[in-house]
Amino acid sequence: MLEVRWHGRGGQGVWTVSNLLAMAVSLEGKYVQSFPAFGPERSGAPVLAFTRISDEPIEVHSMVYEPDIVVVLDYTLLGSPAITHGLKKGGVIVTNFEDEPSKIYDVLGISRGEYRIFTCPATKLALEILKRAITNTAMLGALLKASPIVSMDSVFEAVKERFPGTIAEKNIDLIKKAYEETREVK
Amino acid sequence: MVEERLRGWRELPLGAVTYRLSTDYKTGDWRALKPVVNLNKCVKCMLCWIYCPDMAVIWDGEKIVINYDYCKGCGICAQECPVKAIDMVPEYEER
Amino acid sequence: MAKVPLEKQTLLNVNGDEAVAWAVKQSLVDVVAAYPITPQTIIVERFSEFVANGEVHTEFVAVESEHSAMSACVGAAAAGARAFTATAANGLALMWEILYIAASLRLPIVLAVVNRALSAPINIHCDHNDAYGMRDAGWIQLFVENVQEAYDTTIQAFRIAEDERVLLPVAVNLDGFFLSHTLENIRILPDEVVHEFLGGYRKIPKVKVDYLEDEVPLVLNPARPLSFGPLDLYDYYFEHKMHQIEAMKNVPEVVREVNQEWYEISGRKYGDGVLETLYVEDADVIITVLGSTAGTVKHVVRKFRRDGKKVGVVRIRMFRPFPHREIAEVLKNAKVIGVMDRGISFGSYGQSYLEINSSLYDYKEKPMLVNYVYGLGGRDASPELIEKMINELLSDAERGYVENKLRFLGVRE
Repeated sequence: MLEVRWHGRGGQGVWTVSNLLAMAVSLEGKYVQSFPAFGPERSGAPVLAFTRISDEPIEVHSMVYEPDIVVVLDYTLLGSPAITHGLKKGGVIVTNFEDEPSKIYDVLGISRGEYRIFTCPATKLALEILKRAITNTAMLGALLKASPIVSMDSVFEAVKERFPGTIAEKNIDLIKKAYEETREVK
Repeated sequence: MVEERLRGWRELPLGAVTYRLSTDYKTGDWRALKPVVNLNKCVKCMLCWIYCPDMAVIWDGEKIVINYDYCKGCGICAQECPVKAIDMVPEYEER
Repeated sequence: MAKVPLEKQTLLNVNGDEAVAWAVKQSLVDVVAAYPITPQTIIVERFSEFVANGEVHTEFVAVESEHSAMSACVGAAAAGARAFTATAANGLALMWEILYIAASLRLPIVLAVVNRALSAPINIHCDHNDAYGMRDAGWIQLFVENVQEAYDTTIQAFRIAEDERVLLPVAVNLDGFFLSHTLENIRILPDEVVHEFLGGYRKIPKVKVDYLEDEVPLVLNPARPLSFGPLDLYDYYFEHKMHQIEAMKNVPEVVREVNQEWYEISGRKYGDGVLETLYVEDADVIITVLGSTAGTVKHVVRKFRRDGKKVGVVRIRMFRPFPHREIAEVLKNAKVIGVMDRGISFGSYGQSYLEINSSLYDYKEKPMLVNYVYGLGGRDASPELIEKMINELLSDAERGYVENKLRFLGVRE
């Protein structure tokens, strides 16, 4: 079973992107779960969402405590210890980050080699393509680069199911672009 | 009372509906005071007919009549009558 | 009915609330009267979309309170409608008076209870004290474990409620947020299969009264009037309660049949419909649990089994009527039972503990019982906590006695 934890702020589409990943994986015949860290949502407050993916039916119905992958939609959250909390040894961090990649270790407060880290200039790309700083779908593209959990086509299908016409098209463009511009920090 | 024998639970209809028509249960015996109409005063305004919660005031084509089988003696008709044509009289006291 | 192969069952990615809304959409429901309350709101939202889009024939009544929601359902069901409503916690508490009326008038209403903690302090998250509060109201209470089961059970609930041997309302309980707001991928049956499974629109039972020559349908109809909910004093009230007591006796059989029939159509079943067991045959320690936590417990128990520890699980799917004999037969040979309750009767124990204690009383040889109250107000039942509980129970089993029968799992001192 693979567990993904999404970090963002209320209003950035954290739960939506977790659902999009789950919908895409579901199209490929696996079992999925997607849920937010439950609570009254406030715009701008840090929020979490979780995606579980498995070849077997998923029995667990508790929160995710030891994710395999952490995705960060908003780089202002990067200083928080919550980002790496419980992340499995050798786990993956995929983050929205536009600065010099090597600076990421200082920002996260971790040392090299603890985790695999991928960065994507998601805010910049979202502003270019969506004209709004909504980074959720960009970070889904970045996640696919870091870990090929699911095919691009399934993701596009899920996006088309979730969003109407041009909004879907723009988000698909954004996912492709984000995928291309995501780099592993060496 | 209408009941001759109390039935067992296996004999009762589903859903606690009554096995007799509800009009078989004559509620007039709940009454302590009975309304008595003075037809000489009555102006046939029918306010008593409108206000009676038990539909126990009846228009027989010429005048109002109280159906004592169902009148519970609440006194609303007497209270509402604009010409004070209805008196509430103790059950045992006939006028 | 013929089996529907998986590829003919539509794949849906939905949360528990949406799954319930889909089930109601397919169940030819005539009247839905509901008032929104977190975490049930999505059921009402989705269903009112179906109504607005003309996808259902249902009359949707937007009422001003839950008391009115259940009252409207009582009226609708007495007029012959298949009626549904949904609520949670405080809404269920406000509905309380009418719950009793629905059950005693034998109206087969289906209610989705999205389990949530009761105030105060105000809390929107999951626990079972709302459902436990209605345990004496005369309703059948089923608890589901996952989103697929929320869909399956909601449809089954109409069949169970309307069965002529039963004619009682059914509450389908799903955990707030852990199921209501969790997206899972599920399979749904084609509309026409659900219609056939339910036998089309609601069938009305017949009743015989003295003043009408023939049996007549038990519905409000001015042409052949019936008195619903009349005054009933010490002369007849007790006899009418016997009707409810008797009807409850038939429920386990019907729940089992419906579970089996559903399995033959959909390929899915939930234990025997009443209880679901895992690794109980040789278990020294058995955990009993309701709702979505059962999944997490199973997940943890599989780990213990891999380590050779004799641990088993019983999921109580039907809480009312309570399957006393059935559960005692499953539990009697174990050494220790850990009874998990996401609720407590203040001044007593957790509510399912009381039932299980009664179930085992008459057995000469019986296991020790420990009650674990957990998860109040949505406190997560993490795998770690469940492991801790099982380890405690394993040492109790080894030691041969239990010291503290009422334990609180995951509370800070």
